[in-house]
Amino acid sequence: MFKFAVWIIFAIVIVLLPQFFTSLLSVSILNQMAIAIVFALSYNMLLGQGGMLSFGHAVYFGLGGFMAVHALLGIEDGDYFFSVTLIPLVGGLFGLLAALFIGSFSTHKAGTVFAMISLGVGELIAASSLILVSFFGGEAGVSGDRTYGPTFFGYDFAQDIQVYYLAAAWMFIATLAMYLFTQTPAGRMANAVRDNPERAEFIGYSARRVRLISFVMSGFFAGIAGGLFAVNYEILTEQNLNAVTSGNVLLMAYIGGLGFFIGPIIGAVVLTLMNSVLSHYTTLWMLYLGIMFVLTVMFLPNGLTGFLMMHRTPWHLGKIRLLIKPYIVTSIPGAVFALSLVAMVEMAHSSEAEFVFLGASFNSSGIVSWGVLIAIALGSFIALRRSLPALREAWAQANAIDSGEQK
Amino acid sequence: MSLLQLQGLSKQFGDTKIIRDVNLEIQPGEKHAIIGPNGAGKSTLFHLISGRYHVSSGSILFKGTPIHNRSPFEITRLGLARSFQVTNIFPLLSVFENVRCALLWSMGYRYSFWQLLGKAQALNDRTEALLDEIGLHARRNLPAGELAYAEQRALELGIAIASGAEMILLDEPVAGMSHTEATNAVALIRKVTAGKTLIMVEHDMNIVFDMADRISVLVYGEIIASDIPSKIRGNPRVQEAYLGEVVPGGSDA
Ligand SMILES: Nc1ncnc2c1ncn2[C@@H]1O[C@H](COP(=O)(O)OP(=O)(O)OP(=O)(O)O)[C@@H](O)[C@H]1O
Ligand SMILES: [Mg+2]
Repeated sequence: MFKFAVWIIFAIVIVLLPQFFTSLLSVSILNQMAIAIVFALSYNMLLGQGGMLSFGHAVYFGLGGFMAVHALLGIEDGDYFFSVTLIPLVGGLFGLLAALFIGSFSTHKAGTVFAMISLGVGELIAASSLILVSFFGGEAGVSGDRTYGPTFFGYDFAQDIQVYYLAAAWMFIATLAMYLFTQTPAGRMANAVRDNPERAEFIGYSARRVRLISFVMSGFFAGIAGGLFAVNYEILTEQNLNAVTSGNVLLMAYIGGLGFFIGPIIGAVVLTLMNSVLSHYTTLWMLYLGIMFVLTVMFLPNGLTGFLMMHRTPWHLGKIRLLIKPYIVTSIPGAVFALSLVAMVEMAHSSEAEFVFLGASFNSSGIVSWGVLIAIALGSFIALRRSLPALREAWAQANAIDSGEQK
Repeated sequence: MSLLQLQGLSKQFGDTKIIRDVNLEIQPGEKHAIIGPNGAGKSTLFHLISGRYHVSSGSILFKGTPIHNRSPFEITRLGLARSFQVTNIFPLLSVFENVRCALLWSMGYRYSFWQLLGKAQALNDRTEALLDEIGLHARRNLPAGELAYAEQRALELGIAIASGAEMILLDEPVAGMSHTEATNAVALIRKVTAGKTLIMVEHDMNIVFDMADRISVLVYGEIIASDIPSKIRGNPRVQEAYLGEVVPGGSDA
């Protein structure tokens, strides 16, 4: 079976990845990705599959994470005796309980009402996390140590690579479970309620109950992600349940593509990479992320996955090669244009007199430097505009069923 | 005992009375048509029975149980299904999923999140069979929102009849269909409602007089006559209020 093969390949890929990316930095990025994938998929159970726009999904991630850290501390103190491999489950169960409680009143309606409640609850929990010091640890947060408790087949999780295998295994199970959920009656009815809550009630389903089930499931998997975070970083702070984290998961799911199961996976991978790579080079990376989000909303309403899926027709028609040249012709001036804008933003932001960008050295306050950059930006913009008609033409041709006669 | 009883049913929006003191009894197995001019309140009556609107006063009994002001899903579960005058489907779901979702509750799946639909053989077979019946098999994988108008009407009907409810309310099921499509739809309605109880709002008098065992005439929210077709045709009040233009002599649907 084709579907089955996809899962096998997925499993092989995640097992092999650390063989190719061996540095400490790449393993730490891989760990972040695994966590982000679970979190973003859980978010899409709400937004993409259930039509519930949440601005407070970090609540379930964070609460699950905090509970998981407390469980780590409990293991360390000898209060409990179980393997660290089960910590994500602790996070998941706590996320589930929190979602059951909050969902019992927030899932009455989807739409604006739901969105506003999620925002309010998110703010409330984030604010109280700074006040309830005994559980949330105030500004400093709560830290634990994942190396206590019984070892797991010789793993004590002292090294990041061991944590990777733990996170990857949980990520695989959670992804599979979330996928299977979409194939169940409750999962399908979540789509139906998203599309038309009223008609759902006339085929026997309470729209509210259907939403609540998705919401609770989503809280469970967000909690698992939070538990993985606790194992990986051994610390949770207010940041992990505030609006920034909630916004981040929205970005991942949206940029990846809400309408596809793998959309949030792609979004989580791309954004985690961007976060780690960009934040290494520039302090303005949040700005670029924001711009990318706005561009996605404007030009790729179905996200990156939607963009890839647009190529199914040309692919089946065997005409994908028609697009290669126009894509190159458009993307070169496009990239130059984007980079020249970035250079200007960075130069304006730079406090030093000499500003180095991609090996080129500029004088941040010099007229000449600005002139050169503006000229490059203008030139590449014009080239970009000029290349678009050919791209549109090629796109139409690549999607036309009868290439010869129809025109 | 009547299957459905409307007793002193009234509905008003603000000060406007839309349904005024309606009394009606529907017997099991009856095919009942409701006719009346535009804006008479026919759809509103359906909304009251099916739980979309709360009643202002009066009561509705289905199988002897009061159902007024209950939620639509509770009423549906009791065995009362309906279609809508304005197409009301799941636009992003495939045609297949639309029909399958409509079958879920009646086939006992409830809110299950532990059963995989791909393995539900009986459910999938029934979905396919129903798709065949409503003539949408070739369209099964298309998002329902992309269907042509007449196809959406067929799907609307399919969703309503899927559960095999004892009582079915159809609000102008063939409006906007071509003659052939309407003929097919009527044949289908006849087939799937055999042995069931049907209330239908319809403007096409040929269909109404052909299918109905009894007809009620609703004018300005009041039932001015409720009788067998031949008596309705001869009723002077009905003639005056509504039928003046079209009173078919024979019957060919
Ligand atoms: N929610 C509402 N609020 C206010 N007025 C309403 C509402 N729903 C219906 N009405 C009014 O009630 C009256 C009856 O509407 P209804 O849709 O029941 O008529 P109908 O008999 O089904 O007409 P048609 O043959 O055009 O479908 C109309 O005048 C309509 O404007
Ligand atoms: Mg109407």
